Amino acid sequence: MRKIFDIIANNAVPAVFIIISAFAIPLSGYSASYLVQELLTRIGRNSFLILSLLIPIMAGMGLNFGMVLGAMAGQIGLLFICDWGIVGIPGMVLACLIGTPIAIVLGIFCGHVLNRAKGREMVTSYILGFFINGVYQMTVLYLMGWIIPITNPTLLLSRGYGVRNAVSLLGIRGILDNLIPTIITGTQGTAQFVNINGGKSFIMMQLPFLEGSIRIPLATLIVIALFCIFIVWFRKTKLGQDMRAIGQSQSVADSAGIPVNRTRIIAIVISTVLACYGQIIYLQNMGTLNTYNSHDQAGMFSIAALLIGGASVSKATIANVFAGVILFHLMFIVAPVAGKNLIGDAQIGEYFRVFVSYGIIAIALVLHAWRRNREREAARRSLRGNKGDE
Amino acid sequence: MIKKFIENAGWPRIIIALFLLALFVAAPFVGVRVDTSLSNTLVRFGMNGVMVLAMIPMVQAGCGLNFGLPLGIIAGLLGATLSIEWNSEILAKLSELGTLYKISWLNDLFLTTWREPIGFASAIIIAVPIAAILGWFYGKLLNRVKGDEMMIATYVGFSSVSFMCIAWLLLPYKHPTMVWGYAGKGLRTTISVEGYWLHVLSDALALDINTENIHLYVPTGMLIFFAFVALIVWIFMKTKTGTAMTAVGSNPEFARASGVNVDRMRTIAVMMSTILGAVGIIVYEQSFGFIQLYMGPFYMALPAVASILLGGASVNKAGILNVIVGTFLFQGILTMTPSVINSYLQTDMSEVIRLIVSNGMILYALTRKVRAGR
Repeated sequence: MRKIFDIIANNAVPAVFIIISAFAIPLSGYSASYLVQELLTRIGRNSFLILSLLIPIMAGMGLNFGMVLGAMAGQIGLLFICDWGIVGIPGMVLACLIGTPIAIVLGIFCGHVLNRAKGREMVTSYILGFFINGVYQMTVLYLMGWIIPITNPTLLLSRGYGVRNAVSLLGIRGILDNLIPTIITGTQGTAQFVNINGGKSFIMMQLPFLEGSIRIPLATLIVIALFCIFIVWFRKTKLGQDMRAIGQSQSVADSAGIPVNRTRIIAIVISTVLACYGQIIYLQNMGTLNTYNSHDQAGMFSIAALLIGGASVSKATIANVFAGVILFHLMFIVAPVAGKNLIGDAQIGEYFRVFVSYGIIAIALVLHAWRRNREREAARRSLRGNKGDE
Repeated sequence: MIKKFIENAGWPRIIIALFLLALFVAAPFVGVRVDTSLSNTLVRFGMNGVMVLAMIPMVQAGCGLNFGLPLGIIAGLLGATLSIEWNSEILAKLSELGTLYKISWLNDLFLTTWREPIGFASAIIIAVPIAAILGWFYGKLLNRVKGDEMMIATYVGFSSVSFMCIAWLLLPYKHPTMVWGYAGKGLRTTISVEGYWLHVLSDALALDINTENIHLYVPTGMLIFFAFVALIVWIFMKTKTGTAMTAVGSNPEFARASGVNVDRMRTIAVMMSTILGAVGIIVYEQSFGFIQLYMGPFYMALPAVASILLGGASVNKAGILNVIVGTFLFQGILTMTPSVINSYLQTDMSEVIRLIVSNGMILYALTRKVRAGR
């Protein structure tokens, strides 16, 4: 009985999502090729950010709500390359290079703060996100263009300092996604897409059962795949093993001679730096930077997606990441239209989407805490000697 | 002596108190009136006080800071909107009573001077049971997730707010001042309480000095109401239940050993917090003048949490004095920074300062090593 309950509890979240999607997809009336296209775009856009959450989970630090720190670092990098007018891949690389040291500093700070709040890392990193958001806003809204030189007038508010709310990233828009242009077409859509890149060569595949065509952000997917390999490799290194040991039990890891606090800081620093790159990849796909909002959403949506993929606070795999992106964004795409077709109000679908994102995080956190308390109870009971019911 | 005081008060509090003092001192030099600033601070204090009080029971019972305050706020919003929706019915029923017992002066009172207080009271009377029910479920939930209350509370708050976004659109409200004009259904994002119970507490017994040299406004009624609620909470914390609650918070094992039902105490504490949150938002709205629906209550927990921490509370200990000091300091800074800093720097930095101060304070409280884990 308990076993069945465990299986349900472990997979309840993805299962609910599959059911919701199964109802919502026909209601939305979108074609399969449209959905596949949208999903591919969103996998390219979001996976990297979500993957950055894996390492702190491995180190037993829960969901790193502090990933928004990394996102902010990435945005600062992007603001600078926009100011300097560096476009294309060099621009992206430079943004990463500027973002990295900022992310490292923020990550070290975050790690120290979290070491002082063991046992409540999540809520602390969550509040830390808000706190650094305040510092970020101060920097971007007051110091940039005043103390930190920003010369490009299109970037600044009309008062002469402070960055505008929306910054166009036209220079690097889609630059990684379209680095290796790839299009899959169905049998009908061959001819009209030959001209799309103006004679530039691109990989083209044909699949018989598809209608229309699908562009694949191949280079982004390759970067993501490389990153997945990195994580798999990282788990096997000494550092990775140390982190897993800490994730199991801090006191045991400590007596085994693993520097617990230091390793935890390293886990957070890696996560923050990766979130910085993730945000840059995300924004190159979006093409506009909402200076004061983009990072907030990054954290919330990434965490929701990971949990929807079946991850828990203490265990997350690469498979969870991709399952999560697909399920979460499938709902993202279809919910407003489904809501409109069902009740006649697109706003309701929109609110439903927000509700589900928050609700799912709440449920996942509850399930985790509940299970952990039950395990602790069971452990205590087995220590007492009577393994049966109380 | 001084060293001990600093140790007790904690550096962040002292820095912020000095900052506030500096703002008040600097105010006249940049052309900001101290008396109006003080009045504004008092008004904001009264507006937010009860919501900050809502932190006490949960902190004392060891459930941590109530980041789930939006749940109570939602109950309050339901009470507020329903009191307007049913306003005329309620008044009609009451005046019927007056006619029934042939007390015509009572009848007149219901329809004239008492109209607004009755509206306000009905909002609270409707909101409290809703808050109690929501709080009961919320308490049961938090009992199952001991150790992780704060994070879960945050997301319970968020998901209930976003759930209610859907509900506000779908609930069958009919009152023309509240629903969207063109569709005739779905509540508006902000609803004015003017003509119902605007300033019903604030203007009661209010001290309003408005001469050439001095502009002072003291919302006496609202402050008395706050004092009244604070007194209830204080007395409650002294009763047997309240003491048991504190015992649960400071040492659950010990409390269990001495025969206290830990889960029950925690549920009661959560219910109280939720009810106080509901009453708090109604007090807030009568002064503010508007009911803010949809995403309005989303981040309302953070200022309340920051206030009580600023007043010297920790994650597992809080009292009335913490509420009073904290709310005054926090609201003082919110009032003073826009006016003073803006006149000095010609920019509006208040939002950023609010973010840094409130979250910095919460962060400070969370990272203090009060007790080594559970």
